[in-house]
Amino acid sequence: MLGSDNRWRMVARLMVTTLVLLAGWQLVVELFDMPPFILPPPGLVFSKLLANPQLLWDHSLITLSEILLGLLLGLSMGISLALLMLLFNPVRNWLLPVLVASQAIPVFALAPILMLWFGYGMSSKVVMAALIIFFPVCTTCFDGLRHTPAGYLDLAKTLGASPRQMLWHVRLPAALPTLASGVRVAMVVAPIGAVVGEWVGSSGGLGYLMLQANARMQIADMFAALFILALFSISLYYIADWLLKKLIPWHQEKPTERQYLARVE
Amino acid sequence: MTFEVALREVGLHYQGADQPLFENINLTLPAGSWSCLLGRSGCGKTSLLRMLAGLIEPEHRCQGEMVDGNGQPVMGRVAYMAQQDLLFPWLSVLDNVCLKARVNGGRVSPQERRKASELLDQLGIGHCAKQRPEQLSGGMRQRVALARTLMQDTPLVLMDEPFSALDAVTRHRLQALAVDALAGRTVLLITHDPQEALRLGDQVWLFENRRLIPVETPSSPIPRPVDSTLGDYQQQLLDAMQQADLHPHPGSEPSDGGDYARV
Repeated sequence: MLGSDNRWRMVARLMVTTLVLLAGWQLVVELFDMPPFILPPPGLVFSKLLANPQLLWDHSLITLSEILLGLLLGLSMGISLALLMLLFNPVRNWLLPVLVASQAIPVFALAPILMLWFGYGMSSKVVMAALIIFFPVCTTCFDGLRHTPAGYLDLAKTLGASPRQMLWHVRLPAALPTLASGVRVAMVVAPIGAVVGEWVGSSGGLGYLMLQANARMQIADMFAALFILALFSISLYYIADWLLKKLIPWHQEKPTERQYLARVE
Repeated sequence: MTFEVALREVGLHYQGADQPLFENINLTLPAGSWSCLLGRSGCGKTSLLRMLAGLIEPEHRCQGEMVDGNGQPVMGRVAYMAQQDLLFPWLSVLDNVCLKARVNGGRVSPQERRKASELLDQLGIGHCAKQRPEQLSGGMRQRVALARTLMQDTPLVLMDEPFSALDAVTRHRLQALAVDALAGRTVLLITHDPQEALRLGDQVWLFENRRLIPVETPSSPIPRPVDSTLGDYQQQLLDAMQQADLHPHPGSEPSDGGDYARV
């Protein structure tokens, strides 16, 4: 099939590019004689990954829970507010300008305040991750709900649908593809929120590990933690992407030429 | 099932417009027949149809009434078929046909399911029941839309150029199929195509300068073949439409200029 061919080619390209980048990294280290406390060679980072797997695993679990809980909280808050703004005009009129203006506040600057309010533990990081994804989720969901094709609504109206039925059977499903793009963004951004939260103050997690390693000039450990973090972001994105494509099968690229010809006969 | 529909003193004044789009329109749609309103783009025919379907927002002023032979309002017993097929991409073909039940209660009974399959069979697309709309061609999608309209089982069907986006062969085939499938129902079709109006209209009116002008049609039953007789009628109709455009009815808006009028 054409689709799986493309997928293999993509994986092959990804691997080739990664290898070239790793080689370049190694080359820079050798060429400029980089000391390991500035830029450790890739081999050293890799050995650090294997040196203390239990430690990395424990801290990874903490960060991963923060990310997942943050996603859960941020997604549910964003979707709920979008629904409220759609259903109640006053909520939209009063909150939408505030919501847009609030984006001028750098979320990172809020981290110390969140630390103060929600404490040193996991909850402040969860809130941080939730806050950072709240806006993209809420706006994409609201946009999707608002821009239902007018013809769909007309049709539902002539079928005698009540506003509630219209929302459930027409507006929500029609908004799913737009909401999905917000969810994809959230998957990539939520880990940033969690790590920033950990940097500001924490006793566990990959961000904490990186700060500790940095203070002891163990830069290879920092890179190891960074590597795991990147792995989380990438896996989250692709898992979400795959799930969303399964759940929203009608929102795909145009049919390929072969599918089209098969249909025409 | 079949009934006559009468429009009495129907008018529509959009909020903020200087004058009504149309007013005092009286029209009788004979029971179980096809009536066609032929009009140029922008003449208000789509607004009229949307008004009859109950789709005009409440801030605009709608006048008059639409009643059946017993004087009862027809509102709520109307199916509406638009130019686009409006199939919901997240539902299968069968679920799209059962849309009324889905939208109103969420559950589709086995009887409704069976009836929907029969309708799809009748329209020659029974094998597509489990597919999703985007897997179908334009003509097949419009057949599904027709099945959905039939499933609503209303005595009056309003159609807003549902065949205009199809290629000539598909359009021709679907026109015949629609006449066959909608037999017994009262149909009001609006179109800008004189040929379509003459092929499908038991009665045809020209909607021009905010008035309805009756148009003579061939006496043969619909769907009429596109032959030389129809061609003659079509030529006459086109001449009349050009005439109306060059000498507009006094007091009406000047025409915004059509494609074929300025010769």
